[in-house]
Amino acid sequence: MVASGEAPMLLALRNVGKVFSNGVMALTDVDLTIREGDFVSLLGPSGCGKSTALRLIAGLSTPTSGVLDWRGRIGGDRTNIGFVFQEPTLLPWANVFDNIWLPLRLKGVSRAKAAPAVMEMLARVHLTGFEYAVPRELSGGMKMRVSIARALVTKPRILLMDEPFAALDEITRFKLNNDLLELWQDERFTVVFVTHSVFESVFLSNRVVVMAARPGRVFAELAVDAAYPRDEAFRTSPDYAALCRQASDVLVGAINSTAGPHHDGH
Amino acid sequence: MTAIDDSALKLDPEEARRVRQERLERIGRWVLPLAIMILAIWLWDRVCVWNEIPKYILPRPGVVLQTLYDDAGLLFSSLLVTLRITFLSLLLAVIGGVGLAVLFAQSKWVEMSFFPFAIVLQVTPIVAIFPLINIYVDNQTVKLLLCAWIVAFFPILSNTTLGLNSVDRNLRDMFKLNGATRWQQLRYLRLPAAMPYFLGGLKIAGGLSLIGAVVAEFVAGAQGQSSGLASRIIEAGYRLNAPRLFAALILISLAGILIFLVLSLVSHLILRRWHESALKQER
Repeated sequence: MVASGEAPMLLALRNVGKVFSNGVMALTDVDLTIREGDFVSLLGPSGCGKSTALRLIAGLSTPTSGVLDWRGRIGGDRTNIGFVFQEPTLLPWANVFDNIWLPLRLKGVSRAKAAPAVMEMLARVHLTGFEYAVPRELSGGMKMRVSIARALVTKPRILLMDEPFAALDEITRFKLNNDLLELWQDERFTVVFVTHSVFESVFLSNRVVVMAARPGRVFAELAVDAAYPRDEAFRTSPDYAALCRQASDVLVGAINSTAGPHHDGH
Repeated sequence: MTAIDDSALKLDPEEARRVRQERLERIGRWVLPLAIMILAIWLWDRVCVWNEIPKYILPRPGVVLQTLYDDAGLLFSSLLVTLRITFLSLLLAVIGGVGLAVLFAQSKWVEMSFFPFAIVLQVTPIVAIFPLINIYVDNQTVKLLLCAWIVAFFPILSNTTLGLNSVDRNLRDMFKLNGATRWQQLRYLRLPAAMPYFLGGLKIAGGLSLIGAVVAEFVAGAQGQSSGLASRIIEAGYRLNAPRLFAALILISLAGILIFLVLSLVSHLILRRWHESALKQER
């Protein structure tokens, strides 16, 4: 697989900070380089600014200080970013086909022209035959698959995922983890994956960025050197257990580094 | 494992009781209101007979029915006049309500500036506004339409505005990420999302436009300018023709019920595949 040192840089956050109007310092002094083909996890407790960082990368929000550097160009091309939200975020009145078609439709691609790409994405997320189902007829895992297909139908260079599997049961989550890795290996896009699960971040990514809260910042970075493809055997291997322990220790350090009283939740 | 055979599926007493209960409720939903209605009509008839009430004060149900049949030509042509005003004003209420809501949705400033005017129009009793309309507008149909429209458009406007503004935040971000234009966001996201709200408003507006049409006719009819059901009622009142008065009243009620049923059906057909309100309870 791609050794992270060789791949060209896709995106760099340089001294990025974000202060909300209510005075909360969501992010401070974040330096983070993301290379082509990386699978980066942002791991951290609630309030560490990992979702804020993702929104900054997506261009849904602008940094208070610092810059985002897209391959040397400040600003960059924001129109081709795939985003998967914590909820499936589908149009409830539209069927699966129309939901996946939507990003292409918004770019002016007709139904007939979009059909091959939509059907291909349906197959890639193992939902062939469900194109006429509406979201409420699907299980939580299937809805998330549709959401992933929609994010990838425009063939984006970078896929941003905001705790996409947090609400799913464990069996479904494992299955989706495997399928996501398969997609990533076939298509070679870059992923930034926000999670608060140590196990998920270690299983999926080649780099885990651990963040700390109050103020939100990068606490440490871990390279996950296990080879891809990673499968069920990897999930039960001693290597995986050791890597998880290592990441857990760093995460505990990040949580303890937060000064002042602890608050739970958002 | 072997599949469970259908014939071997025995309901335990609890489940059997529930099935029985559901069946009873299904029948009761229709039978009970009908039975009460028939009982009430019978009681009405008996009260007339027992107290020897003259028919110009309270006619017996049979007499009302007979009048409905005898005066059918007169009454139904009047009903048609009323219904025409009702449907035209409902149509205008939909166009006006949705149009204004879309305009309001374009900018918070527009909504803040103009919404109070809509409220003023809504809370001022139409009967009080009518004399003004009577002065300014010459055409009889336009007069009635304007009246009924003022009564009917507000629920559509306020519901649709609410619907257009209650789009899931993530969906809005998703559209923004994909570079959607304002028009695309309206067409593919906000209008469909507002549909259940709009249909709720439509159901209320349907009844209100009938009320608006009848009230407008009443005020206009007092001046002998209308030929709708309301003026038939006024006329019958002057002549102490209680049977015809009752017959006209029944026609208005039936029209109102029919409008409500039709709009409920439309709403159900549009929402049945996706919206919670139209879904059957699943266990």
